[in-house]
Formats: sequence, C-alpha cells, structure tokens
Amino acid sequence: MTISDYTRAPSVGTEQPELAARLQKIWETAPGIGGWLSTVDHKEIGLRYIVTAFAFLILGGVEALIFRLQLSWSDRHLLNPEQYDQLFTMHGMTMIFLYAGPVLSGFSNYLWPLLLGSRDMALPRLNALSYWIYLFAGIFLYAAFAIGFGPNDGWFNYVPLAARAYNGGPNIDFYALGMILLGISTTVGAVNFVVTFMRMRAPGMSINRVPILIWGTLTASMANIFAIPAVSLAFFLLWMDRNVGTHFFDTAGGGGSALLWQHLFWMFGHPWVYAIVLPAMGMVSDGLPVFCRRPLVGYSAVALATVATMVLGFGVWVHHMFATGLPNISLSFFSAASIIIAVPSAVGVFAWLATIWTGRPVFTTPFLFFSSFILLFTIGGVSGFMTGSVPVDWQLTDTYFVVAHIHYVLIGINVFPVAGAIYFWFPKFTGRMLDERLGRWNFWTMFVGFNLGFFPMHISGLLGMPRRVYTYAEGMGWDWINLISTIGSFVFAAGVLMLIWNVLKSVRSGAMAGDNPWDAPTLEWATSSPPPPYNFVVIPTVQSRHPLWEDRLEGRPDEARSHPHAGLVLEHGREAIGTDPLDAQPDIILKMPGDSYAPLVFAIAVTAIFIGLLLLAWWLVAVAFVGVAATTIVWLWPERALGETREPANG
Amino acid sequence: MRGGVPWPADHYLDASIAGMFPLRDRFGEPHVEKPAASAADGHTVELHASINPSGNLLWAASSLAPLNYVTGASGAKAGETLPLTWGVIAISVAVMAIIAVLLALAIWRRPGIARAPRMAVGPDEGGANFLWIGVAVSTLALLATIIWTVKVLAEIGKPPAAPGLVIEVTAHQWWWEVRYLDPDARRIFTTANEIHIPTGTPVQFKLIGGDVIHSFWIPALSGKTDMIPGQTNELWLEADKPGTYRGQCSEYCGLEHAKMAFVVVADTPRDFAAWRSHQIAPDVTPGGGVLASGAAYFRMKCGSCHAVRGSDAAGVLGPDLSHFATRQMIAAGVLANTPQNLSAWIEDPQGIKPGNLMQKPELSAEQRGQIVAYLETLK
Amino acid sequence: MADRVALEGTLPVGAIDTRASGWWAMIFVVCTEAALFGYLLFSYFYLAVQPHAPGTFPDSGTPSLTLALPNTIILLASSVAVGWAQFNIQRDDNRRLIIGLAVAVALGIVFLVVQYFEWEQKPFTLSSTAYSSLYFVITGFHMMHVVVGVGVLATVLVWSVLGYFNRVRYAPIHIGALYWHFVDAVWLAVFFTFYITPLLGLRA
Repeated sequence: MTISDYTRAPSVGTEQPELAARLQKIWETAPGIGGWLSTVDHKEIGLRYIVTAFAFLILGGVEALIFRLQLSWSDRHLLNPEQYDQLFTMHGMTMIFLYAGPVLSGFSNYLWPLLLGSRDMALPRLNALSYWIYLFAGIFLYAAFAIGFGPNDGWFNYVPLAARAYNGGPNIDFYALGMILLGISTTVGAVNFVVTFMRMRAPGMSINRVPILIWGTLTASMANIFAIPAVSLAFFLLWMDRNVGTHFFDTAGGGGSALLWQHLFWMFGHPWVYAIVLPAMGMVSDGLPVFCRRPLVGYSAVALATVATMVLGFGVWVHHMFATGLPNISLSFFSAASIIIAVPSAVGVFAWLATIWTGRPVFTTPFLFFSSFILLFTIGGVSGFMTGSVPVDWQLTDTYFVVAHIHYVLIGINVFPVAGAIYFWFPKFTGRMLDERLGRWNFWTMFVGFNLGFFPMHISGLLGMPRRVYTYAEGMGWDWINLISTIGSFVFAAGVLMLIWNVLKSVRSGAMAGDNPWDAPTLEWATSSPPPPYNFVVIPTVQSRHPLWEDRLEGRPDEARSHPHAGLVLEHGREAIGTDPLDAQPDIILKMPGDSYAPLVFAIAVTAIFIGLLLLAWWLVAVAFVGVAATTIVWLWPERALGETREPANG
Repeated sequence: MRGGVPWPADHYLDASIAGMFPLRDRFGEPHVEKPAASAADGHTVELHASINPSGNLLWAASSLAPLNYVTGASGAKAGETLPLTWGVIAISVAVMAIIAVLLALAIWRRPGIARAPRMAVGPDEGGANFLWIGVAVSTLALLATIIWTVKVLAEIGKPPAAPGLVIEVTAHQWWWEVRYLDPDARRIFTTANEIHIPTGTPVQFKLIGGDVIHSFWIPALSGKTDMIPGQTNELWLEADKPGTYRGQCSEYCGLEHAKMAFVVVADTPRDFAAWRSHQIAPDVTPGGGVLASGAAYFRMKCGSCHAVRGSDAAGVLGPDLSHFATRQMIAAGVLANTPQNLSAWIEDPQGIKPGNLMQKPELSAEQRGQIVAYLETLK
Repeated sequence: MADRVALEGTLPVGAIDTRASGWWAMIFVVCTEAALFGYLLFSYFYLAVQPHAPGTFPDSGTPSLTLALPNTIILLASSVAVGWAQFNIQRDDNRRLIIGLAVAVALGIVFLVVQYFEWEQKPFTLSSTAYSSLYFVITGFHMMHVVVGVGVLATVLVWSVLGYFNRVRYAPIHIGALYWHFVDAVWLAVFFTFYITPLLGLRA
C-alpha cells in the first residue's frame, strides 16, 4: 500500500510491542534543540503552556505581595503612586491574561487528545504557533514593565485615562499591541480546540460521552472565537487614537465616546471570565468523581449548564457598567440576566455536592482541592450575585468587595482546580506521584492563606474601601483588615511555593505512578505514564463515558463495551482518525503533519509586525508582513505525503 | 500627563494624617459639642454610649469607617437601598452556610476509603433529587431577588419630590469643582471639594467628567455614578438629618485616585440658606498690612490657577478658593484645614499628593506665611 | 446516537472535501472574522447615535454610490467566478478552475483599485472626525481582507496551474473560496452600513 492511496481499509488490531516500536519511530521528535523548537506534540506544547503560565503566576504573585505590603497599613510609603499603578495593572493583566487562560489551555492541550482517544490535536502546527505567540506576547508585555513603562491604567484600561493626552508614555501602546498579539494566540488555540472536538474524537465517542473538561474548553473556545475580536478591536482603535489621530474614544469634541471602549471591552471581558473558569470547572467535574468512586451526578445537566453559562455570559456585560448612567430600564434587564446566570452555576454546585454525598470519598490531595473548590465557588458566586443587583452594586462596585469577588472567582475557581489538577494529572505527565504528605500541607496552607487574605476584602469593601488606591488615610477604619489580608496573602504565597517545591522534588524522586494510579475511568489513564508520542498504540473505541470502569459499573445493560486497547491500527506515517461531529463514526484517515519550524518563524514574524507598530517603524511592519505571508505559503504548500494534492501522473 | 515618570523617589509628608478628618456623628451631632463631652473627660467610649445608647455598635462602625454603607447609609436613597443590601448579604451568607454544611456532611457522613490500584465503583444513580431540589430552591431565591431589585430600582430611580436644588459637579484630576446652579445667574457660585446640601430636600446633581472618568460616591447618601467626559450624568440624593459625610472618587483616575475625596455637609434648610447667601457674597480683600501683602502674593503666585471672588485672582485651572476658611479640608479631602497643614501643603504639594497638578510655588517662608494668613481670613 | 461503532470498510485518506481539518478551521476563522466586523459595525452604529454637529455624520453628507455600487457588483462577480471554479474542479475540469480563479483574482484587484479612487475622492482624512475614522478604518479593515483574499486566491491559482488538484483532491480550493465568499459577504454589510443607512435616515 502506498502512502498516496486515496482510500484504505485500516486494519483492526490490539497493542503489539513491534507496532509500538514502529509508531515511536514515526511520531517521536528529533532530539536536541532542533526538535525542541520544531515539535508539534500536543503534550510538549501543553507542558510548555503550563510551565510558562506558572512563571507568569509567580511574577504576578510577587507584584501582588509588594503592593500588599504597601496596603498593609494606612499611609505606607513603600511605593510611589506610579509604581503602585504599574504594579496593580501588571498584576491584573498577568493573572487574567497570561496565567488564567493559558494555564487552562495548557491542561487542555495536554489532555484533550488523551481524553478523546486521539493521536494529537486536529491542527498540530497551529497548536505550536499558538504557544509561541503566547510566549512572545507575554515577553512583549513584560518588556514594557522591565524598562519602566508598564501598563498603568488597570487591566480594563478605561479611556480617556488611557488616551495620549493623559498617558503620554509608551505604556499603553505596549499594552494595546501586546493584547492584540496575545489575542491572535488565543484565537488560534480556540479554533484548534473546536476543530479537534468536531473531528478528532475516538470512534464511538458521541457528544454525550465526552468528559466535562471537553465541554468546558469547547464552550470557552467558542466564546473566545466570538469575544476576542471585541477586545482586539478595542485595543487597535485605541492604538490608532493614540498614534494616528483617529477619534473613536475622543471625548473632547471629536465625536468619539468613552463608553464605546467599555462596551467593547466588557463584551469581551465577561465571556472571558467564563472562559477562564469553565475548563477549570470541567477538570473538577472529571476529577472529583474519581475520588468519590462513582460517575458524576447529572452529567447531561452539567454539560448543558456549561453551555448555558457561556451563552448567557454574552448577555451580561453591562453589569460592569451599572454606574455609567444608563437608563434604569436597561439596567433592570441586565440585572435580571446577571442574577439568573447563577442558575447554571447552581446546577454545577449541587451536582458536585451530590456526587460526594452519594459516593465514598478517597482522601487524597486532589480531592481536597476539588472539594474545597465547591465552597470557594459558592462564595465567589454569591458575591457575584450580590453585585448583580443594581442598587446594591452602585455601592459595591469599585470597592474591595469586587476585588474579593474577582479573587474568589479567579483563585477559587481557577487556581484551586488547577492545583488539584496538577496533583491529579502529574502522574500522567511525568510517570511519578507528587508527595501526598507535602500535598496536604500545601492544600491547607493555600486554603487557610487564601481565605485569610481574601475573605476580609469583602469586609473592607463593605466598609467603603475603593479599589486601586495606593494608600489610604488613618481613620478610615481599614487598617487591621488590610493587615490581615496582607498576612493571608503571604501565607497563600507560601502554599503556592509548596506546590512548586513538590513538583520540583517529585519530578525526580516521586513514587512511580503506573498507568492509572487513581483507578480513574477515562482514556488518558489507558495509556502509559507519561504517554508515548503517539498517545495510543491502537485507536481506542468508546461505548460509554467511563471506558475504564465499565466492568464495574452496576446497572449497565449488557451492551457493547469500549476497547481502550484494541481498535484501528494506523501506522502509515503520522495518521489519526477523523470522525463525524455528532456520533463519532470514522469518516476519514487524517494525515498529520510532522514537526516544523514554520510555527516558530511565523510567530517571530508576527511579533516583528507588532514591534514595528510599537516603534512606528513602517519598514519593519512591511518586511515582517511579507515574512508572515511567505511563511504561510510555505507552511500550507500542499504535500503529497499528507494527501493534500492529487496523485502524480500514473502514480 | 504621566507614563514618562521614571520611578521618582518621592518623599512624603511624614506628619500623619491621623485623626485629621473630623469624625462626626452620622446623625448630625458632632460629639465634642455634646454637653456630655465636657464631663466625659476624654473617655470616648463612654461618650459614644451616651450619645447614641440604642445604636451603639452601628454608630461606632459608621464613625470608625466613614465610607461604609452597611451601617451608616440613610436618607431617601441610600436608606431605601439598605434593606436590599442587607437582604442580599443575608441570602448570600445563608447560601454559603448551607453549602458549607452540606459539603462537610457529604464528605464526613461516612468514612473514606483508601487509595488502591483497583477500587469499588458505585453505580451511576442517585443524587438527581439533590440536584433538582437544590437548583429549584436556588432559582426561587434568585427570582425573588430580581423582583426585589427591580422594585427598589424603581423606587430610587426618581426623587420623591421635585429637586429643590441643582448642583453641577465637575471632577478633575484630582479634585472636585462644585457649581450651585440657579435660575438667577447672580446666585450661581462655584466652590470646591466641599458640598453643602439642605436636609429633607431631594438634591439633583449634574455630574461631569472634566478630564478622565471619575465616579461620584457618598456612601452614606447614595451609590456611585460615574462622571464621564462627553456626557452629563444625573444623580439625586437626599439627606434626612444634618451631619457631615465623606465622599470619594471611586473610579480609578490616575496617580492620585487615592487622594480624591470630598466633604458633604448636610445642614438644616435654614443653615443651608445662610451658608449659601454667605458663599454668594464676595470675599473681602484686606486693605493693608500683612494680610494685604498675603493677598498680593496670592494673586501673583496662585491667581493664575485659583480664584477668589472679590479679588483679582480668577484662575480656573485649580479649585476656587472663595470662602476657603469655611472649608473643613484641603487638597480634596486629604488634610484638615489648619494653618499648619495649609502651610505644609503650599510648601510641598508634590510631597503630600505626588503627581497632582499643583506645582510648588516659589515663595519664601515669610511670603508663604502671609498667604496662609490671608487665606485664613476668607471666611 | 449510534451505539456501536463501525470499524469495517474503507476510508478516504488525507485532506478531502469538507472532511479536511483545514476546512473546519476556516469555518471558525470566518466566525471570528465575522465577529470582528460585527464589532466594527457596532462601533459605527454606537457612535452614529451619539450627538454630532449637523453634517458631520456622515462627514460631508451621504456618501456617493457612483463608485461604490459598481464596485460592489465587481466584488460579487468575483465570488461567482470562484464558485464556478469550485464547481468545475469537482468535475475534474482543471482548465476552467484556472480560468475561474484567474478572473476572481483580477476582479479582486479591480475592486482594490476602484476602492483606492473612492478613498482619494473623500474630502476628509482618517483624523478629521469620528465618522472619517470609522470610514477609513472599517473600509480599511475590509481592504486588508481583500488583499489577503487575493493573496489566497493567487496562491491556489498557482497550485492549480501546477496541477495539484483534481475532483477528489481540491480541499485548498474550497478552503480559500470559503474565505473569499466571506470577504465578499461582509462587504455587503459594510456597504449597507456606510452607503445605505444614511439614505434611510441615520445621519446627523
């Protein structure tokens, strides 16, 4: 059989060592720096995402600790206002854009093909591209801070404070261009996830059989596809206003509008908040049942609630603008929408609670993180519910109450599940277990530190402390409560350090994990730890949501069983199976691309465009644009080996 | 203008601002004037109790945290909102408590099992009722809150009576320009950073963003309304009892967002009318001596930014300082209005409020003293 | 949902028709691009309903259709040409594929040239008013898309000339065509917004 055959009847078989050896040859990345720069392996890319996101988490955390010292008591003078403004802006930008989204992209990148029983993401080179651009965008944004011109207008960057007239340095230009660059990365990644969902599921994995993490990342990705353009556009228009004299946000008689910025930003911003929590909630929905020894209660309800949250999430952006003077009748609508969006969240909370209630807990570190998340999620949820009520929000908004809320959302619903996910999937990533004893210390330190640091912010908010103040006067009644917050934030930071320490220690000396250390039900646990470059020797077939638990689940009629270790043999080069979007019946053998430098070169060229725009160096923009076009053409040039062109004559 | 500021090593006024803000009884009774005060001999705790024995705790909270809005809010607007605020807090705390208890019960209702290579798996059944009951109850609570919210919103959307006074407030980086509007143009006057209102009357505010977006917030009297350049937002509020309230900018507006506060004084209608007539009248320019010299220096060094009605100083870039000596605070709620603080402020405005637009005037200590003396006469 | 999986039988290999991953990717790229234009037009309408001095929205009165209407027809014609090319490659007619793509590329370039003259005629510049900023940025965004689209069509034209495609292997043509049809469709929205809504009364 030649590689260029139009059609083929793939053989069906079981895992054989010599098949595995051949696949290893086909799929492995070349050793050395060349392989490192050109790899398209989703596992490698996923780990890079996670490591990079954690590096940014540490940077953002250190920034926060510095200004927590400043705020620990009234009239502290550790920082001057400009330093404070850059630090809090960098902190918000880092955590929201460079940590919270990318870390979930990392987990999803690593886990998706394994959960789906696939060999890779649908578009492996785009996957590499999305990582490189993310890395370069992060460096771009931090370059500003490193030379003393960090963004300083808060992460939502309201105009006209961000306009040239009030912000003369290059700070905001860095921010605007860096965010557009980062938006390209996010969009590329989102498209890849959606296509992977549509096309790359193992035979038989119909849409009612995919893990909830898949639903979470899928809905987040769909949201990103529709929401990212809003913020990229807003930043582009701002850059135009600042550099070529357009009038989009010009409030000094040019016909522009300051509120246009807020609409565009929050049309993106609110869906984004869901995009950076839904995959994390998905990780809990998949991880928690493993430690309750039963399937998730209400799978369909939770999956639908995930989608419903996202759809409703597009209709509530105005609740960030309740105080901007909009008519009360429209406020009523957005208030109601913002409150009712809690219903799908309630579905999740009660599904998780019921899963624990009706199961038997296995007290491991991931269980601690996942189950405590339910409480933190509830606290973040009810504080959000409070701000949904317009008259109350008029008092709460822009106080520390909102700061408390956003941290219960981002730490409670992102960092805690991520920490649990690290304990849960680290054995799969590395083949070694994390230290459980240290894990317990880690969990309790983070849990106590977090609540000590951030719960009091609800109180300081109710006592009227505005957010984004670099200091406050004595006599406002906020001293002690801020001191407690500062102490708590340092305890929390110590907890995060324990996590990192545990990872560094265990990656070398942790106990060996085996394929399935938690006795979990999904496909990623059917392959070795760490998985081979080709993920699965043969493509699994799936007949339920719990392929590895089928033999033990009671009440399941005697129907077709999943086959994690038997199925299609695809060994003619890098190949994967394409299945149809609903039922996941095989409909094509996909030829997967090999490792390539094109994504790296493309990312460098795109970044060069943005450097050119920053420096207003039009020649650089032009050269880089040509570079992007040339790379694209080389990248996409049809290859016979990939079945992208017709047969050669008489071939 | 900012951004190019390369991390200046600011120095700050080390004199603590401690206690400079005059804490007063929210119900209009500055406690030092109480008869009990003279007898209390500094025992402030007893003093508080004697002033407001019934609401002691609430009273203490509102005076210890002047911007809080959960104990001190009152009047026709903030007061109407307060039950809703407490209501959603109560619902939220109840939800937290219920979920915490359910979670603890779920986890510890039976012993856990140890991790093993192959463990029992329970059936995929049960728990659905838990889910649906929980969601149904939550939905009812949410719907009730929506109805309550819309009702309160309708109630506070309009003032209970036609506003008796219209005040135009323009927010600048980082101070407040206050204009009292009147159909009679001669009765219009401008002041800064301190707003007087009559009690028992709805007051209408026209809110303007003078440069960037600010937000107007007097927690005890009303929620926030943003002040956005290019549009005029409206807000009404009403104080039901005389007293002094604190206001604060609550939208991040740049370097000195933290130090952009103001004072609201609610007077009885009679006191307010007197205050207003007094404000409309020009200040008297001293005829000679040290004060005249101070007035001259003021005009020369300060007059291009600041105005004093009745003098030649007519600048519009900074706060109008007419009747300056009647104000409680200087520098937008940052320092108590004392001659020492005023002198310190004029000597080094950038030390006290780094980045603010008032540059250090070139003055000898003597000239500065004369200006302070002059300003203190602007009653 | 099917309960059992059929693993028997033959399957196509490699990128074909709408089963190519690239085709699916292009669908969602078009979604995000459509959202981008949605937000651009939202910005137009949002600013249009703000107060303006008379005669400044649209700046210098309702825009003339003299060039814009014929140009719209030119762009639509190019889409027809691409569609014809797509139809013909599925019938294994490589010659008509090439002709169709070449005509589309030519029409795309004509559109750009006419659009250049349309810009030249405008009495305002990018930095005159909010309207002028919107006009040049939104039509500029569209022109950038036409430039990219012409590049895409030119590339698949080259591949067609090299004989890469036949009635089974033509996924790149469909993928490129999808983009081009989108660029044309979105022009209709831009055209309607700038040239028709002022006639319907949306002006200051």
